[in-house]
Order: sequence, then structure tokens, then C-alpha cells
Amino acid sequence: MMEHFTPVPALAGGILIGLSSSLLLVLDGKIAGISGIVGGLLRPAPGDTAWRATFVVGLLLGGLALRSVQPAVFGESVAPLGIVALAGVLVGFGTRLGNGCTSGHGVCGNSRASVRSMVATVTFIVAAAVSVYVARHVLGGAA
Amino acid sequence: MKANLASLLAGLIFAVGLGISGMTQPAKVIGFLDVAGAWDPSLMLVMVGAIGVNAAVYWGVVRRRETPVFAPRFLVPTRTDLDARLILGAVIFGVGWGLGGFCPGPGLVSLAGGGMPAVVFVGSMLAGMGLFAAWDRVKA
Repeated sequence: MMEHFTPVPALAGGILIGLSSSLLLVLDGKIAGISGIVGGLLRPAPGDTAWRATFVVGLLLGGLALRSVQPAVFGESVAPLGIVALAGVLVGFGTRLGNGCTSGHGVCGNSRASVRSMVATVTFIVAAAVSVYVARHVLGGAA
Repeated sequence: MKANLASLLAGLIFAVGLGISGMTQPAKVIGFLDVAGAWDPSLMLVMVGAIGVNAAVYWGVVRRRETPVFAPRFLVPTRTDLDARLILGAVIFGVGWGLGGFCPGPGLVSLAGGGMPAVVFVGSMLAGMGLFAAWDRVKA
């Protein structure tokens, strides 16, 4: 139990995520919800596209920086590609239907004490835990 | 221009935070969600750090300002109703998150890691978002 617990990097990374979403809000007045930012790029509205695109470019540049400095942060997949594809469709559809994901509801919304975000967060964590339980302990499929 | 530079910087910091925190390791995410297995509470601390900073800035700074620094107004959601879409969307998202161990941000950042799973995840996530847009247009 708890042999993989990494409290210091988890907290440090979380603080950076909090700083990032705070910057975006204080400077640009925008919510750092990744699914909403990307979803808005798929249905572009005039004057509301550039900040989304630059944020996503920043995410990708950050990923490239991590790759050159600390490539170990990219872990192996836990599921075969077919399951990953199904997971992607569910994540894409679900986050748009529910207006947010781990960042928009989980970080930004909860920080504002939004009731919708608190309910969404509890719901997606419970659904994810059930999904993991069924995959690993009932079907035993995932490694 | 300044607003777009700010969002670029925010995206960059967000990605580094996700990488450091462990969110770009699907096995770590699954370890957090797998309460019946070798439970790893690390990701709870990611939330604690992120919400701690963000809540302090929101309640301490944003609520006291009329406008953001580089934009005309704050675009903050104001809805308070709980509807079926919110719940159903969160359930569908959660099931997908548990299956792959990726949520949207870490998926995008992991594209840079170069692995095929991240490419497949992001491609299918965009397809799922497109599917939603099409379905939403038909319903509306």
C-alpha cells in the first residue's frame, strides 16, 4: 500500500498548475479548462481563437521541454491502443457534454466553489474509479 | 498580443506542472483511481496544490478586480443549475479517464513524448469532441 506515493512532486506540479490557471485568469480573464479550450478551437468564434491556440501551443512546447529535460515523466500506456482509442472518444464527448474536465471543473471550478464543478468532479472521479475497478478487478483486462 | 503571450506562457507552465506532478503517467493516474488495489494518493496532492493557489488568487485578487490585465472582461462561468448533461458528461468522461489513464491536458502534453498511445488518445478525443459538436447541432 502506498509504495508509489510521491507527495513532493505531486504538490509541486499542482502548484505550477495553479499558478498557470491563475495567470490565465488574472491576465486574460479566461478559465484554464483544457477540454473547453480545445473544444472552442473546433468551433472557432471570431476573436476567441488566438488565445486558445497559443495556450495549446504552450502546452505542446512545455511537453517538448519536458521531453528534452526529463523524458521519464512520460509513462507507458496502461491499455492496448484499441482501448485508448475508445477512452479518447469518451473523454472528448463526455468533457464537452459536461462542460469541463479535470482542469476546468477539477481545478478552476472547485477553486471558485462552483456547485456544478464540485458535483462534476465527484461524479467523474467516482465514474473513473468504477471504470478502473471493472477493468482491473472484474474483467482483469488492463495490466 | 500581450494576452496571447500570457496564454502561451500559461500553457507552458501548465504542461510542466502536469509533467512534474505525475499526471502524464497513465499508470500513476490509474494508481490513484484504483482504490481496491495499491492506492496511490499522490494525485490528490496535485489537486490540493492547484486548487490552493488558484483559490487564493481567485478570492484574493480576481474578485477584487473589475477587469483582467490584458482583456476587457473576466469570462467566468456563472451557471449554478445541475442538469443531466453535466452529470452524464462527467460519467462518460470518467469512464474514459479510467480506461486510458489520460485526461485532456496530459494527453496533449504527452503528444510531445512521442508515444503512439498519446497520438491515438488525442486523435480520438478530438473525434469525440467533433462527434459532440455534430450531435449538439442536430439536437439544437
